[in-house]
Amino acid sequence: MSQNILAIAEQIEGVFRKVTFEALSEGRRIADQLGGELNALVLGDNIENISKELGQFGADRIIVAENSALSEYLPDAYGNVIADVIDKETPDVVILGASTQGKDIAARLSARLNAPLAMDCVAIRFEDNNLMATRYMYGGKILADVMLNGKPQILAIRPNAMTIASAAGTGVVEKFEVNTGPTLVKFIEKHLDTGKVDLTEADTVVSGGRGMGGPDFAVIEELAQVLEGAVGASRSAVDEGWRNSSDQVGQTGKVVSPNLYIACGISGAIQHLAGMSSSNVIVAINKDSEAPIFSKADYGIKGDLFEIVPLITEEIRKLKG
Amino acid sequence: MEIVVLLKQVPATESLIGIADDGVSIKTDDVKWVINPYDEFAVEEALRIKEAHGGSVSILSVGSEKTVEAIRTALAMGADKGILINVPDGDVCDGLTTAKILSAALKEIPFELIIAGQRAVDDDNFQVGPATAEFLDIPHISMVIKQEIIDGKITCRRTVDGGTVVLETLLPVLFTTQRGINEPRYASLPGIMKAKKKPIDMKTMTDIGLDPETVGKPLTKIVSLKTPPERKGGIMIEGDSAQEKAARIVKILHEEAKVL
Repeated sequence: MSQNILAIAEQIEGVFRKVTFEALSEGRRIADQLGGELNALVLGDNIENISKELGQFGADRIIVAENSALSEYLPDAYGNVIADVIDKETPDVVILGASTQGKDIAARLSARLNAPLAMDCVAIRFEDNNLMATRYMYGGKILADVMLNGKPQILAIRPNAMTIASAAGTGVVEKFEVNTGPTLVKFIEKHLDTGKVDLTEADTVVSGGRGMGGPDFAVIEELAQVLEGAVGASRSAVDEGWRNSSDQVGQTGKVVSPNLYIACGISGAIQHLAGMSSSNVIVAINKDSEAPIFSKADYGIKGDLFEIVPLITEEIRKLKG
Repeated sequence: MEIVVLLKQVPATESLIGIADDGVSIKTDDVKWVINPYDEFAVEEALRIKEAHGGSVSILSVGSEKTVEAIRTALAMGADKGILINVPDGDVCDGLTTAKILSAALKEIPFELIIAGQRAVDDDNFQVGPATAEFLDIPHISMVIKQEIIDGKITCRRTVDGGTVVLETLLPVLFTTQRGINEPRYASLPGIMKAKKKPIDMKTMTDIGLDPETVGKPLTKIVSLKTPPERKGGIMIEGDSAQEKAARIVKILHEEAKVL
């Protein structure tokens, strides 16, 4: 059963998201297993130069949809163009990163194409010729195996869940004639926090909770900085107004699965644990030795975070020379 | 302004979730059911828009009869009426099926604005809002933290990874809510009393012109549920001083866990 796969790339200001390479690598793996082509689709303006890079992750053809109307992500313009490409390419599988943008595209596309969608999946496999996706539900409390029937099967993969593998693809760049069709949504302006590592893609996340006692997260930020990681927060820290809601980790915030998660002054409410328990290594720092977070952490430190965290930052600085 | 809020009843986020004997659904006995938190933001935002622009707020749900409780809570917050498309327990809807049912129901309800939560915290599908907009052939804007409506035009600030973007479109539109958009009000006692008299329309799929046989065949099927591998508490780092503990944890993370 040969399967042709289309991976939708995501670039911001001419830089591909890490999850794009993860989606391509996973797409390559499926294509190799079943004997099919992996093609990549890139949308944007002035993107032809960067598009070649996707060949290094196994793309056979790289379809470039370049148009000034695509310089910013707009759900209707992007939706129309992607649907046109799918119409022409008739892929069996569409794979993309479950970033904020990717989730938005995947959802709208599933309705447009009346196609099955596995959102935010963490593993993909074939079973009796059927694609099976594993995904979390209930904010990380349950893992579900979902079977998809229909074509194309849309897989939105969770950032940081799948490995990036270099692979030689043919990497031929070809242009797609863009017609954005009727669109109603207009871009007005954007505000991006430059230099900030995105929480869902970060290799390390350092989070603060009620134990922070106030909006001063300097010790957390410094530790995150030496680790080139991102800063997260528990729901109570967000509810107190100490951090922006975009920093919230948990069932009603973001679900993260970094290589290293450091929880500082977080007691470990079930809705927070749901959002970070798929991290590779968890370290918890808390004054209260009875805090539930210690029962989920690989390493626990009982003590005052304001004393311990700066010392850890210092030790890591020494280590990194 | 005629506003419709898409609302789902879900297990409260503090609930422990267990797997039922059939292996593909969850145990519902001890679950506390609430309005999906993101839909609560949607109800609140709809009420604020109504307060500013006049009009009415209708609550539209797909679910079992039990969902009436959640709709009643939204009515107690101040919404005007409820519509429940009754899908009996056990009839499993995936996100796309739910969107098909909602959009069929919306063809009979006048609206200029639809507000939904960005996702339901049970399925975590992020799918129903944008898919419903697609079926209705109207634009959508996801994860909105601020909106303004002037002369039939809506301007929304939405969150994206690493920042925010401002988008604009014409009504009718569907937008989904993101945390930070508002603080939902509590239902007041007079609100609760009034809600008892507010109408809730119960409809079946056939009532809204759908054939349950064809709509009810989801393209995705849950074949098994399991609980994620239980994390066990690990090692407590001991030491005579904070300095010693800090040095020890960094050494372990570097040499044993190899994450530094």
